[in-house]
Amino acid sequence: MGSLPNAPTLSFSSSLSATTLLPCRRFTAFPRRLSSFSVQAKIREIFMPALSSTMTEGKIVSWIKSEGDTLSKGDSVVVVESDKADMDVETFYDGILAAIVVADGETAPVGAPIGLLVDSPEEVAEAKAKAANSAPSPAPAAAPSAPATPPPPPPSPPAKSVSDAPTKTVATPQAKKLAKQHKVDIANVVGTGPFGRITPADVEAAAGISPSKSNVTPLASPAPAKAASATPSPAPIPGSSVVAFSTMQSAVAKNMVESLSVPTFRVGYPVTTDALDALYEKVKPKGVTMTAILAKAAAMALVQHPVVNASCKDGKNFVYNSNINVAVAVAINGGLITPVLQDADKLDLYLLSQKWKELVDKARAKQLQPHEYNSGTFTLSNLGMFGVDRFDAILPPGQGAIMAVGASKPTVLAAADGFFSVKNKMLVNVTADHRIIYGADLAAFLQTFSKIIENPESLTL
Amino acid sequence: MQSSISLSSSYAPTVSFPFSVATLAPSNLRFCALRRQAFTPSSIVHRHTRRRAHSAAVSAALSDNGTAPKSFDYDLLIIGAGVGGHGAALHAVEKGLKTAIVEGDVVGGTCVNRGCVPSKALLAVSGRMRELRNDHHLKSLGLQVSAAGYDRQAVADHANNLASKIRGNLTNSMKALGVDILTGFGTILGPQKAKVGSSNKVVTAKDIIIATGSVPFVPKGIEVDGKTVITSDHALKLETVPDWIAIVGSGYIGLEFSDVYTALGSEVTFVEALDQLMPGFDPEISKLAQRVLINPRNIDYHTGVFASKITPARDGKPVTIELIDAKTKEPKDTLEVDAALIATGRAPFTQGLGLENIDVVTQRGFVPVDERMRVIDSNGNLVPHLFCIGDANGKMMLAHAASAQGISVVEQVTGRDHVINHLSIPAACFTHPEISMVGLTEPQAREKGEKEGFEVSVAKTSFKANTKALAENEGEGLAKLIYRPDNGDILGVHIFGLHAADLIHEASNAIALGTRIQDIKFAVHAHPTLSEVLDELFKSAKQVKEHASGPVNEPVTV
Repeated sequence: MGSLPNAPTLSFSSSLSATTLLPCRRFTAFPRRLSSFSVQAKIREIFMPALSSTMTEGKIVSWIKSEGDTLSKGDSVVVVESDKADMDVETFYDGILAAIVVADGETAPVGAPIGLLVDSPEEVAEAKAKAANSAPSPAPAAAPSAPATPPPPPPSPPAKSVSDAPTKTVATPQAKKLAKQHKVDIANVVGTGPFGRITPADVEAAAGISPSKSNVTPLASPAPAKAASATPSPAPIPGSSVVAFSTMQSAVAKNMVESLSVPTFRVGYPVTTDALDALYEKVKPKGVTMTAILAKAAAMALVQHPVVNASCKDGKNFVYNSNINVAVAVAINGGLITPVLQDADKLDLYLLSQKWKELVDKARAKQLQPHEYNSGTFTLSNLGMFGVDRFDAILPPGQGAIMAVGASKPTVLAAADGFFSVKNKMLVNVTADHRIIYGADLAAFLQTFSKIIENPESLTL
Repeated sequence: MQSSISLSSSYAPTVSFPFSVATLAPSNLRFCALRRQAFTPSSIVHRHTRRRAHSAAVSAALSDNGTAPKSFDYDLLIIGAGVGGHGAALHAVEKGLKTAIVEGDVVGGTCVNRGCVPSKALLAVSGRMRELRNDHHLKSLGLQVSAAGYDRQAVADHANNLASKIRGNLTNSMKALGVDILTGFGTILGPQKAKVGSSNKVVTAKDIIIATGSVPFVPKGIEVDGKTVITSDHALKLETVPDWIAIVGSGYIGLEFSDVYTALGSEVTFVEALDQLMPGFDPEISKLAQRVLINPRNIDYHTGVFASKITPARDGKPVTIELIDAKTKEPKDTLEVDAALIATGRAPFTQGLGLENIDVVTQRGFVPVDERMRVIDSNGNLVPHLFCIGDANGKMMLAHAASAQGISVVEQVTGRDHVINHLSIPAACFTHPEISMVGLTEPQAREKGEKEGFEVSVAKTSFKANTKALAENEGEGLAKLIYRPDNGDILGVHIFGLHAADLIHEASNAIALGTRIQDIKFAVHAHPTLSEVLDELFKSAKQVKEHASGPVNEPVTV
C-alpha cells in the first residue's frame, strides 16, 4: 500500500463521495502496487485431475513423459485411470518435467500433486528436493510377517519353507513390485517361498493385507477348490436377488466355514445376576458398560483356568497365551467385527469401559487396525439386549472358546427346602475346542465365572 | 554371450527370429508329372538325432575334385527340408525343375517342429488366458468370467499336435508334387556333387541350395539340462510351468516366451547384455512395448549384464545364475530361480556340410553369400551353382525370408535374375499386443539420411484413434512411419498393437512394390477395421514436394 502523507482521514466505510470531500489530494481508490516484478522460479504442480464427477482418486497407469523431458503446452504427460476409463492428461504449461511425485501404478486423490513442472533446467534439482520431502516416507515394515502360506506349488520340487539364514534377499518380481507399491522394506520381510525366497504373499502379509486372490494356477484335473462351483447351488427362487459379499462378509463366511474343521462342544450354565445388576446400577453413571463388566469377569475367570484361554494350532499343540485378550462381538452396519480388549484381566473396570468405547467408535468408522481385531484369545458374544435367553456361538478360528451370553430374566427358582424365590438368571453358553479344552475344564471355568458374577465386588478392585 | 548374433549385413535388424508364420498351403500347386527314374530314397525314418560332423565319411567318399558331371541326377538339390528348403522346392517344381530335398532330422525343420508353429500355439493359449484373466478389461466390456485355468498337458498337446499336423502337410505337399525326399544328412563333396547319409552313393545336381538352418545358441558357461535350464527347443514342449523363470536375452524369442510364461502364472526376470531391453526394435516402439509388455506384468530385469555361469537345479538347490557386468566383467549379482531359458540368439547349423571340399569358410558359422544368395569361397570368388538360403547364411534369420530367398534362387537358376530387397521383408513379434516392423528403424533411417543426404520424417498414429480398436477396448498401440518427405519413399513402418503382425503387410507390400506415400494415400480401407491405423498413418505423412502424380508400378485402384 503506498504511503499517503497528509491524507485526510476518511472512513471508506461510509459513502464514497470522494469528489466533494477531497478538496486537494486525490488518491487512488486502490493502493498503489509496488510493481517490482522479480521473475520468480515457479515450481508448478501437476495435479491429479478429476476425470469424472464421481472420481475421488485416480491411479497413474503410466507416465508418457519421463523426468527431464521438455513439455509443451498440450502435450500428453501421463495416463490416468479413473473409475471409468484411462485418459491422457495434458499439461497446461510449457516447461520441464522435473520430478514425478506419484509413480506408475500408484494412486493419488483428486487434486493431489502428481508431478512437478519447472521452467528452466536449473530448477529441476530444487523441484526434485521438494518432491522427495513431500513424498510420504516409506512406512517401516510391520514386524516380520507371520509365516504366510506360500502359493500352491505346481507338481515339482517340494517347497523348503525355511532354510538356513539366507545371505541375500531373494524376492520374486511380483514381490518386489508389491513391496514398492505398499512401501514395505523388502529386506525386512521373511521369505517363505521355495529356497527361502520372498513371495508376493509374504510381502502382503508384511504390509498387513490379506492375500489377494491367487495368481493363475494350473488346474490339472481337480477343479479349483476355491471356485464356488464345488457345491451345486439350488436354482434361485424367482424374484430373489443376488448380492455379492463385501470384503468383511467374505471374511466372516470364510471364518465360519473354517470353524467346521474344529471339534467343538458346548456347556451351558445358569448364572444368577442379582448382585451383578445391583453393581451395574452403581457403576453405570461412571461410564461402565455391561460389556466391560462381563469381559472383566470372563478375564478374571480365565486367569484361573488358563487352558480356556489357549488355542490349538495345527491340531497337535496347545498354545497357551500369556495375555488375556477378550474379543467382543459387535454388529456394525453390514457386518460383524470383534474388537479386542487387550489384557482385560489387568485393566480396571473403568479403563476397560473407556477402551471399549474407543474401540466401538473405531469399529463403526471402519478404522480398526488389524491388531485391534486379530489378537483375541477368548471371545464374548452378547445377544441379551434382544431378549435372547440362550444361544450357541460358533468358535472363531484360532481361539479355544467363545462365550454366548443371553438376557438376564427374572426366573422362579425352587430351593431344596421347598421355598420358591424369584431371581434374575442369565444363561451362559460356552463353545469350546475339545482338542484342548475338556468338559471338566470348561465346567470348572464356568463355575468360577458364575462365582465372580454372583460376588461382583471383586470386579471393581 | 551377446543377446543377439550381430549380422554382417547392413539390412537386417540384428536379431534372429525365425518364429514368423510361414506355412505354405500346398493346395494350389500343380502336380508335376515329370518323374524320371532316379535315386531311390531310403525309407523315411524320423530320426531325432542332431546333425553330427561326418567329416570322416566325407573324406572317404571324395573321389574327383572339381570336374563337374555331364548329366545330373537332379536339376536342383536342396539340403535341408525346413521352411527355406520347402519354399524353394515348391517353386522349383512349379518351374519344372527336377528337385530333391535332403533332410537329416525332421521335415519342417525348426519352424514347424521347434519354432514358429508350436510357439504360436502357445502364444494363442497365453493370449486367451490373458484375456480371460483380465477382469478389469472384461468388466469394461460388461463381461464376467469366473476363474479361468489351464491344463498344462493339454496346452502342450495342442502345440505338439499342431506341429505334427503341419509337418505332415509339408511332407505330403512335397511328395504330391514329385519332390524326392532323401533322408540322411547331406554333405557336399564337390561342385554339383553331394552325398546323403552314410552311404557312399553320390548324388549330382545342377544346382545345390544349402538350407540347413540354425540351432539355439548357448553361450559358454551355461549348462543346459533340458529341464531347469532350457532353450526354446525344450520350452516349446512345455513340460513344466516354473514359478519363476529367468530369461537370458530380451529379443523376440525371450519376449514371446515372457508373454507365454507370465500368462500361465510364472514370474519372469530378464537378463540382458545390452543396456536396453529389446535392443533390436525401434527405440520408441521398445519404450512403449516395455510400458505395456513388461512393467505391468510380473517381470523384472537386469540389463548390461552377462550370465557368466548358469547351473541347473540339483541337490535341492535352485537354478543359480551368476551375473557379471557386461563391460567391466565384474561379478554383479546372483539369481536363484526355478528355471532359466536361454534365448541369446541362434547359431547357424553348418557343421559337417563338407564346405571345406569346395573351399568355403564359414564366418562364425554362417555361410558367406552375396545379395543373390550365391556362396562365396575363401578367396572371395563365387562358387558356381551353389547357393545358401535362410538362417544358415545369416542375412535375415526369419522363416519367410528363407523361403523368399529360396524362391529368388530358383528364379535365378531358371534364367531370371532376381535380387531380394530385404528391406521389404516384414518381421513380427507375437506378444500380446503384437509388434511388427518392416524396413529401417528411426535411428537407422536417420543415419542413412545423413550419409546419403536426404531428409527423414516420421509420422505416428495411435490405436486410440481407431474405432475398431476402441470397440475392443484395445486402444493401446502405436504405428510409426519413417519416410522421405522429398520423394515419398517409405523407409520403415513399425506397429505395436492389436493384430500388428497382420497389419504390417500393407506397408511391406508398398515397400516391395516401390509404392510411394503420395500414391498409397488414395487406397481405400474398410471401416471400421484396424487397417485404418495405417490409413491414418499414410494420410498424416506430410511431403515437401509433390511429384507429378504418376504411380511407379501399378495404378492405385480406388
